[in-house]
Amino acid sequence: MSELRDEFLAEAQEIVESLSRDLLLLDQAQKDNLPSQELINEVFRAVHTLKGIAGMFGYGRLGEVAHALEDLLDDLRLGRKVLETELLDVLFEGVEVFQRLLAESPDVEVSEVDVLGFLEELTSVGASRPPVEDELSAYAIDTSVLAVLTEYEEHRLRTNVAKGVALYRLKVRFSLTTIDTQLEDLKARAKSIAEIITYLPSSSGGDGDAIDLDVLLASSATPATLEDVLGGEGATLERLSRGTSPATSVRSTEHHALVPPAPLPTPRPTSAPPAPPRAPSEPPVARREVTADQLSLRSVAHTVRVDIRKLDHLMNVVGELAIVRSAVMRLTEKLRGRPELRQLAIDLHRINRGFERHLEELQDGILDVRMVPLGQTFDRLARIVRQVAREHDKEVQLVVTGAETEIDKLIVEELSDPLMHLIRNAIDHGIELPKIRESAGKPGTGTLVLNAYQKGNHVVIEIEDDGAGINPQVLVETAIRRGLVTEDVAADMSRDEALQLIFLPGFSTRTKASDLSGRGVGMDVVKTNIGRLGGVIDVQSEVGAGTKLTITLPVTLAIISALLVRVGGREYALPITAVQEAIVFDPRRVRRVEGREVVTLRGETLTILRLDELFRTQSDARGGRRYLVVVAVGQKRMGLVVDGLEGQQDIVIKALGKSLSRVRGFSGATDLGDQRVALVLDAPGLLDEVHSSTERTLGEGRR
Amino acid sequence: MDDVLRVLVVDDSSAMRAFVRASLETELGADVAEAKSGFEALRVLPREPWGLVVVDVNMPDINGLELVSFLRRSEVHRATPVILISTEASEVERRRGLELGADAFLAKPFDTVSLAATARRVLGETK
Repeated sequence: MSELRDEFLAEAQEIVESLSRDLLLLDQAQKDNLPSQELINEVFRAVHTLKGIAGMFGYGRLGEVAHALEDLLDDLRLGRKVLETELLDVLFEGVEVFQRLLAESPDVEVSEVDVLGFLEELTSVGASRPPVEDELSAYAIDTSVLAVLTEYEEHRLRTNVAKGVALYRLKVRFSLTTIDTQLEDLKARAKSIAEIITYLPSSSGGDGDAIDLDVLLASSATPATLEDVLGGEGATLERLSRGTSPATSVRSTEHHALVPPAPLPTPRPTSAPPAPPRAPSEPPVARREVTADQLSLRSVAHTVRVDIRKLDHLMNVVGELAIVRSAVMRLTEKLRGRPELRQLAIDLHRINRGFERHLEELQDGILDVRMVPLGQTFDRLARIVRQVAREHDKEVQLVVTGAETEIDKLIVEELSDPLMHLIRNAIDHGIELPKIRESAGKPGTGTLVLNAYQKGNHVVIEIEDDGAGINPQVLVETAIRRGLVTEDVAADMSRDEALQLIFLPGFSTRTKASDLSGRGVGMDVVKTNIGRLGGVIDVQSEVGAGTKLTITLPVTLAIISALLVRVGGREYALPITAVQEAIVFDPRRVRRVEGREVVTLRGETLTILRLDELFRTQSDARGGRRYLVVVAVGQKRMGLVVDGLEGQQDIVIKALGKSLSRVRGFSGATDLGDQRVALVLDAPGLLDEVHSSTERTLGEGRR
Repeated sequence: MDDVLRVLVVDDSSAMRAFVRASLETELGADVAEAKSGFEALRVLPREPWGLVVVDVNMPDINGLELVSFLRRSEVHRATPVILISTEASEVERRRGLELGADAFLAKPFDTVSLAATARRVLGETK
């Protein structure tokens, strides 16, 4: 049963996401004064489906909300309510309510979500219009056609008739082999000029590989245009004329004819003549090489949904296999030392190489499955943009690029909150009110750009606004006032350093919790959360021109290539993506600058961190030789002093237990095989440690 | 005694297909195939004689009523038992469905037991 519930949750989530996308489109259409019936229908269908399945899987509250929204949408669809901004607000709120209800167990007695409050809100929204008159009886629609329409389709038919839109019947013959492509092709062609009400399969045609369909459609286009666009080989178009009694062709007791047989009722002089039917001919699409069976089997099992925990398990198995591989490698080395077993060693080595290759493929395959496009998250953000902009009476245009960029599913999950917060900030503090913008010579509508792209093993997400920008001088003054920096330090700060102040804990100027997230977190929390994902955040800003935040994240956290380093007799793993180079450490070149140890590497100053001192262990460097590992994430670099380099290995990172999760400097642990366990160094965290050391020492001095 | 009951469930909701499949597999030991649209059903139907077809009324493109109508007019599937399922107890859809020749009509929400009972009843009636 719990598996079925997962199945429900996955589908419900998908429906809610597509609902959210459609609402945004509808919002845009409403602003452009072009509300689309098709979109309203899509939205209605989504809510309708959700209602149906919610009841089946015990999500009563969700079902209730869906039901109420469905009624509202039905009124909208049938023209009994007008699409207004307030009504759209409620629909957007509905999406939030759905998401919150999906996040909690349906079995809790008291929901965290104010369902009753929302339902009440629903009843009061939207101006009403008088109901449309039922004119369907005036049409020559065979009652046996009505007999196969769902209530929903009948509504759509009635709405069109009431609006005076003409009805047509298109007869087509589809090949069972290529039905999907033919259907999509037909839909695409009809899209701009007609609304397809339904498809009625009439009979198997020809050699059993074809099916004849009656497509019932409504269109305001001229019959000639329709004929041009929809007609073609094997397709005939007929206009269903007004004013002919349906009784003439009723055969409802038999279920043979769905539509009256030819000849067509004679149209009245007022209506346009029906287009001349074309002679039916061969099925329009030639048969391809695939057989019907192959094709249908394929489409039944196109995609599967997988619990991410199953993938984690597989990844762990891959990790274990990597350990086995290393063990075999070591054995091979031992065999090599025995001359009489030399041939055996060579064979074993060859086999192990093959094993290694396939293991890599397996690993890449699993990683690939974990990847999801950022688009889903961006869609959710688009909703937030709209809402926040409305709250603050600002005009904001969102431009999204790189939505197809893929990142690990688990990272995406954790990314929503920080991104949401940054977006709120950008609109709240960044983009100015339209009047202020205009007086500054900018367009009244602000632009918020959300851009994502992959850069090596990292994904970069940029959030850029063309708002007021951040004045570093104001930041410095605030930081001094809050006792976060001294005036001396502030005086020496570069512009970039000053901008970084917004990430200091306690800097946030926010006094009241934000309406939306209800948390009112500061930028320091955003930074910590991104750091926890192995990422970093940078800020650039120009007063009057805008602000750009750049987030750099690893593509995945599941399995990484690591450089193993030795410090004080213990091994530590360092994500290879963060390692730029490793050189022999020369203590004579170390200088002290502002309380930090630095070396100059190819003309650049590099702060160093001695891990043996940090971990309070005794260096065990052999022969006194130690190494400097240059680590870089985003724009920041540092050098880590270690006792030894132990080679490179793929590792599966396991989370530290609860009691250790707050220890700084480590992001997890990993099994290296041979019962060796290594801690994984948190490169972004260590970089922070180094780059904030100025503030830290000052903080200590103040006490 | 008979061969395993072959069931085709036609529904655009994957959660619903999973529910019907699990119910009929557990309760009737049936062998269940799925189609996610009316069009897919049209393609899968001719492949073999089906013991039972379970169809959702509200599907995009070809709806469940149209599919029932099609089955009843077909030489091969005229006598195949059909259960229609719908989102709510819509009297119009129930009447239309039964008039078109569906053997039973189930309104959501329903549980495993009532689905299995309906299937047993429908199968008994047509044997």
